[in-house]
Amino acid sequence: MLDTLIGRIRAAHDSRTPLIIEGGGSKTFYGNPDEGEVLSTRKFTGVIDYQPKELVLTARAGTPLAEIETLLAEQNQMLAFEPPHFGGPATLGGSIAAGLSGPRRPYAGAARDFVLGVRMIDGTGQPLRFGGQVIKNVAGYDVSRLMAGALGTLGLITEVSLKVLPTPAAETTLQFEFDEATAIHNMNLWAGQPLPLSATSWHAGLLTVRLSGAASAVQAAQAKLGGETVKDAAAFWQRLRDQTTPFFDTRSSSSNQSLWRLAVKPTAPPLTVSNRLGGDAQWIEWGGAVRWLVSDRPAATLREAARAAGGHATLFRGDTPADGVFSPLAPALLTLHRNLKQRFDPRGIFNHGRLYREF
Amino acid sequence: MLSPAFLSKLRSLLPPHCVLNEREDLLPFESDGLAAYRNTPDVVVLPENETQVAAILKLCHASKVAVVARGAGTGLAAGALPVDGAVLLVLAKLNRIKAIDPLARTAVVEPGVRNLAISEAVAEHGLYYAPDPSSQIACSIGGNVAENSGGVHCLKYGLTVHNILALRAWTIDGQLLEIGNESLDAPGYDFLALLTGSEGMLAVITEVTVKLLPRPQRAQVVLAAFDDVAKAGAAVGNIIAAGVVPAGLEMMDRLAIQAAEAFVHAGYPLAEALLLCEVDGVNEEVSADIYTVRQVLEASGAIEVRTAESEEQRLRFWAGRKAAFPAVGRLSPDYYCMDGTIPRAQLPHVLKRISEMSAECGLAVANVFHAGDGNLHPLILFDANTPGELAKAEDFGGRILELCVEVGGTITGEHGVGLEKIKQMCTQFATPELTRFHDVKAAFDPDKLLNPGKAVPELHRCAEWGAMHVHGGQLPHPELPRF
Repeated sequence: MLDTLIGRIRAAHDSRTPLIIEGGGSKTFYGNPDEGEVLSTRKFTGVIDYQPKELVLTARAGTPLAEIETLLAEQNQMLAFEPPHFGGPATLGGSIAAGLSGPRRPYAGAARDFVLGVRMIDGTGQPLRFGGQVIKNVAGYDVSRLMAGALGTLGLITEVSLKVLPTPAAETTLQFEFDEATAIHNMNLWAGQPLPLSATSWHAGLLTVRLSGAASAVQAAQAKLGGETVKDAAAFWQRLRDQTTPFFDTRSSSSNQSLWRLAVKPTAPPLTVSNRLGGDAQWIEWGGAVRWLVSDRPAATLREAARAAGGHATLFRGDTPADGVFSPLAPALLTLHRNLKQRFDPRGIFNHGRLYREF
Repeated sequence: MLSPAFLSKLRSLLPPHCVLNEREDLLPFESDGLAAYRNTPDVVVLPENETQVAAILKLCHASKVAVVARGAGTGLAAGALPVDGAVLLVLAKLNRIKAIDPLARTAVVEPGVRNLAISEAVAEHGLYYAPDPSSQIACSIGGNVAENSGGVHCLKYGLTVHNILALRAWTIDGQLLEIGNESLDAPGYDFLALLTGSEGMLAVITEVTVKLLPRPQRAQVVLAAFDDVAKAGAAVGNIIAAGVVPAGLEMMDRLAIQAAEAFVHAGYPLAEALLLCEVDGVNEEVSADIYTVRQVLEASGAIEVRTAESEEQRLRFWAGRKAAFPAVGRLSPDYYCMDGTIPRAQLPHVLKRISEMSAECGLAVANVFHAGDGNLHPLILFDANTPGELAKAEDFGGRILELCVEVGGTITGEHGVGLEKIKQMCTQFATPELTRFHDVKAAFDPDKLLNPGKAVPELHRCAEWGAMHVHGGQLPHPELPRF
């Protein structure tokens, strides 16, 4: 199977045929539109190695996340970055290439933080191996983490080694009625205290907080914070992770609304740019560091709002703006992106334009 | 040698006291923490602000003069070793803490700020900066980023790469790179990860935004003695399998225990191996974890298990481990510290092989091990005044690193490659990967002016060194000409 992938990439390199890398197809909406022949990893599956005592799992790119999560759960372990499935058959390779993380991210780390090593095929068809299966490794440049979030533009990930973590013994989710400013303040205040926070969300006047750890620790934190216990909390966090609540479904809106992800400084005050006709316009998570907006405002307005709040804006679902879905890069950074792309994929066959139109 | 014309231009960029090129001023900079490698720099510049750094880089780029960046000089892999004909760019004077934001839990610091100084400055807010390399009193955050430094607590809290949010960095042609921002991620490629651990080869850092964590409410340590190294190694895996992620999990072998005990009298039991397992967090979590850890250690065959009952006792338990390097230094005129990482399951095999190699070459070795994350620090004892012993120690060290690669590990867990381990890079990586590393370098610094000759070996050098370990009858670089 690996030889087949190499063969296809070499042929595409020779004939300058653009390829679109696809795993489970759960994130085809993400990034700029691109065109080419589909190169699927779906048949390249299987967990190669899993050593619970080493906290390391290695699997082929096409392995479904669900399969990995089930295997880990049998050993009371988990992928701590809670990768979104978006309601589809998400794969390991796609999750790492997209670099997206779920509700636990501000407290446990992002997808890239758990990448220990990758095997990949570059744009000339050369198989490569970076990093490894050990937790500490500083030999050579960190190309494996560079692949996380590169959206396949530097090469096809064929295998990933990840650090995994024990599942917390207990989890409780609490809810509080707070206005937006109070919720943002408390999310940050509590994150600076020794409390076992593992997820936070604010929407429609409700702050929702998940606590994870030893049962006694969770109980003690609950006693300190108060709030109402949420029933069926696991489903709540899964719907938020996978964006399966109606809020995220922009198609349900009659007007021309898009879903924007504004990554901002966690303490940034409430944003004033949102507007959704007839509904709540915003969902905050990651301790205040991500503000999801459903909005018909121009890209430039939202990008400026995100920049002023210390971060950047991404069009997550909706019509691609003229300057692309991701915030444009400063010229010096764009040059470095092109230089790297040129070296890893000299003929630009992988996911051309998916990340930035320039490469 | 640098031309007088170049030196005069360099002087025009900086106040007189920021340029050193008298021999007696240069000598303190001839090595970093790996003193076996020395080279007197041609000129040392100590800029006092970012504008001066950019001007120095632009001048060097225009004049095609190489630049070696240096922080506090505590590195252990000769990464900051001066290069002939290069400018040694010392960033120690950029040492201001520019901003602390307690609510957002971040600090913006210049590269010359010492690691521990960050935690000290934010302590009043109940916060700290988690990565804690042993040299944290002296080492600076710029160097930590360059080396992706770890420390005793990195199994739970991660390395430098997991604890920084943004960088201001300058390319060799003097362009500013603003990498990361105040949010938790940035669009485009993850240059924050790429620059972390890049050993001064890609850009020069002038500002780091670090993430701060709430100080744990409580930390408690358990000490366990074993009559067999393999049992201690297995206990490490058992603790993790029981669902505990210790804040620190350290192991020492018999020679290291003896040396530490003789030096600081920590009250360690005499045993073949000692484990120190620290858990931290909220009070209730620590109680639960300590209970689990004790049970696992006893079930794993520990001959003695002690729990520190007070902060004073906790520090005493740690005193021996923290003093392990100087303690071993008392046993021998010199020691050479290695830094391989291995999958933990390989520990008994690797220790056995190290002990065999030690007998073969006649040099003793004490093993100190960040057991939680598989990072082994064998300390090879030798006497540099005995002709040939340094070379013998280096050869032994090289063979240990190659053994780490053989069992699926790496030649460096946290010290970096620098110049010291550049030969072993040829063992760990094959030509296609080394080529891509050179490509990454070329994307940032096509003229190879930043820290030349470090971190990634030239392909022809791998062939010349004969760093060619035959695996399954195949040489790792079969396409290269042999010399």
